[in-house]
Amino acid sequence: MKKYTFTEKKDTRSGFGAGMHILGQQNPNVVALCADLVGSLKLEPFIKENPERFVQCGISEANMIGVSAGLTIGGKIPFATTFANFATGRVYDQIRQSVAYSNKNVKICASHAGLTLGEDGATHQILEDLGMMKMLPGMTVINPCDYNQTKAATIAIAEHEGPVYLRFGRPVIPVFTDPDQKFEIGKAWMVNEGTDVSIIATGHMVWEAIQAGEMLEAEGINAEIINIHTIKPLDEEAILKSVEKTGCVVTAEEHNRLGGLGDSVAQVLVKNKLVPQEYVAVDDSFGESGTPAQLMEKYGLTAKDIVAAAKRAMARK
Amino acid sequence: MEIEKLEKVASQVRRDIVRMVHGCQSGHPGGSLGCTEILVALYFEQMKLKEQNGKPVFDMDGAGEDLFFLSNGHISPVWYSVLAHRGYFPKEELATFRKLNTRLQGHPTTHEHLEGIRIASGSLGQGLSAALGAAMAKKLNKDDRSVFVLMGDGEQQEGQVWEAAQFAAHHEVDNLIAIIDLNGQQIDGPTLKVMNNRDLGKKYEAFGWEVISVEEGNDMAAVVKGLYEAKGRLGHARPIMILLHTGMGYGVDYMMGTHKWHGTAPNDEQLAVALAQLEETLGDY
Repeated sequence: MKKYTFTEKKDTRSGFGAGMHILGQQNPNVVALCADLVGSLKLEPFIKENPERFVQCGISEANMIGVSAGLTIGGKIPFATTFANFATGRVYDQIRQSVAYSNKNVKICASHAGLTLGEDGATHQILEDLGMMKMLPGMTVINPCDYNQTKAATIAIAEHEGPVYLRFGRPVIPVFTDPDQKFEIGKAWMVNEGTDVSIIATGHMVWEAIQAGEMLEAEGINAEIINIHTIKPLDEEAILKSVEKTGCVVTAEEHNRLGGLGDSVAQVLVKNKLVPQEYVAVDDSFGESGTPAQLMEKYGLTAKDIVAAAKRAMARK
Repeated sequence: MEIEKLEKVASQVRRDIVRMVHGCQSGHPGGSLGCTEILVALYFEQMKLKEQNGKPVFDMDGAGEDLFFLSNGHISPVWYSVLAHRGYFPKEELATFRKLNTRLQGHPTTHEHLEGIRIASGSLGQGLSAALGAAMAKKLNKDDRSVFVLMGDGEQQEGQVWEAAQFAAHHEVDNLIAIIDLNGQQIDGPTLKVMNNRDLGKKYEAFGWEVISVEEGNDMAAVVKGLYEAKGRLGHARPIMILLHTGMGYGVDYMMGTHKWHGTAPNDEQLAVALAQLEETLGDY
């Protein structure tokens, strides 16, 4: 098992803020919009240096999406930012008509996704956003795994022409990817090569998958770990190449079992190569208040759960 | 352009509207007929458009030209006809309205790359927000042209409209002229009965807008005068609203003043009656 270490823990939303800071300096067309959550989205450095390119929208997310769509008409690259719940479910029709159907170059950047938002509870813990966004034709959907990857993804999506949903989160987690990485949209990252089971993980679950890989190794199981940071377009080739080798899959995501990464992977398997798949995901329920660690434990999203799923998948081979 | 010439264009546009809706036996003639004067006045008289050899040249960015957004996308027939006669695409294409593989979708879309259209509309309440974004982009680009957006009065029942109204005044978007088609009708009946908007002028004033009322929204001279007045108020740190009082179905006697022709197509006999009331001025498609 390839060794992954970290010297610090950071939140992925700070990776987004750092990426925006750089974009502010590099790309004069980038405009940031926010719905009264500037601090939460870590936008202060961008705003300080580019006050004329920041649009405060107030608590009016529907209008923010529409204004973003309009800004693209003058060649701007709007980054519309708020919590994931308000960036997707609340404004689905606005995204559908004004952004996706109209093929506007809007970047919807959503923090506080999933259970790890923690104490605010289920009203704010969206677990359906990946599904909603990936169903929109033409939408690119990205869920990076740590601070460095989120920063790289933020910079990369500015160069991509077309609507993007970028999902990140609130808790501090290990920073374990390369600080100078080049982010390639739609290209899976091979975290660890293995032969017994493929663990395909996205977002915060990638670090859990690495820990699970170490636990499995101690039991003599050689896990292949793949980071799918781009849910759509999905790197089908990487998935199929892996299952050819391992013959079974575990998918891991901080999302409802219905409609997320797991279902996307399942569709690839059904069409191309039937192998056993186990889901590590929230089992079709809402979240609740608690610390991020407590919630990940209660809803079955830890390294231990990935280990158990890997064994189940292998037993079904 | 002289008022008389604009009126001639309007008559042809009205013929197109009823023929298009008849041709596919669906679509929205009532609101389209009521908004004919404002659309003709904007495209043939008021808006500065990018042109080459007297024909408009369409690009998505619209730099250096005035932009128009249709928020109440169901009145697409009037917009399509005006765009065609203005030279954006051949008028023969109007015959494909709402038919399979057409660029003239039931509600306007950019998906089919129809020249003149910059965003999809149809799901109501979204156009003002998009127009505001385009207006802000013009400011960022130091482009001194303006943005126009047309909404329906029933559409004012959508919450997003008021998010946008608040935003426009707060950000002092003063290169935008919004227009509400006050025809007093919506699908389920008179707006007063379905969901009373009450005094939209006072509401927009309270939100920080400049409000102009055009009482005769189907009188070409009055519409042009109203647009000049609105333009005269651009650039004073306030967004501008024109309350345009129109008659739904205006120009076809049996369609006038009723919500019944909001989304109903005339049959052959009704079409003949309508066309007898509308002079063919520029040649039918």
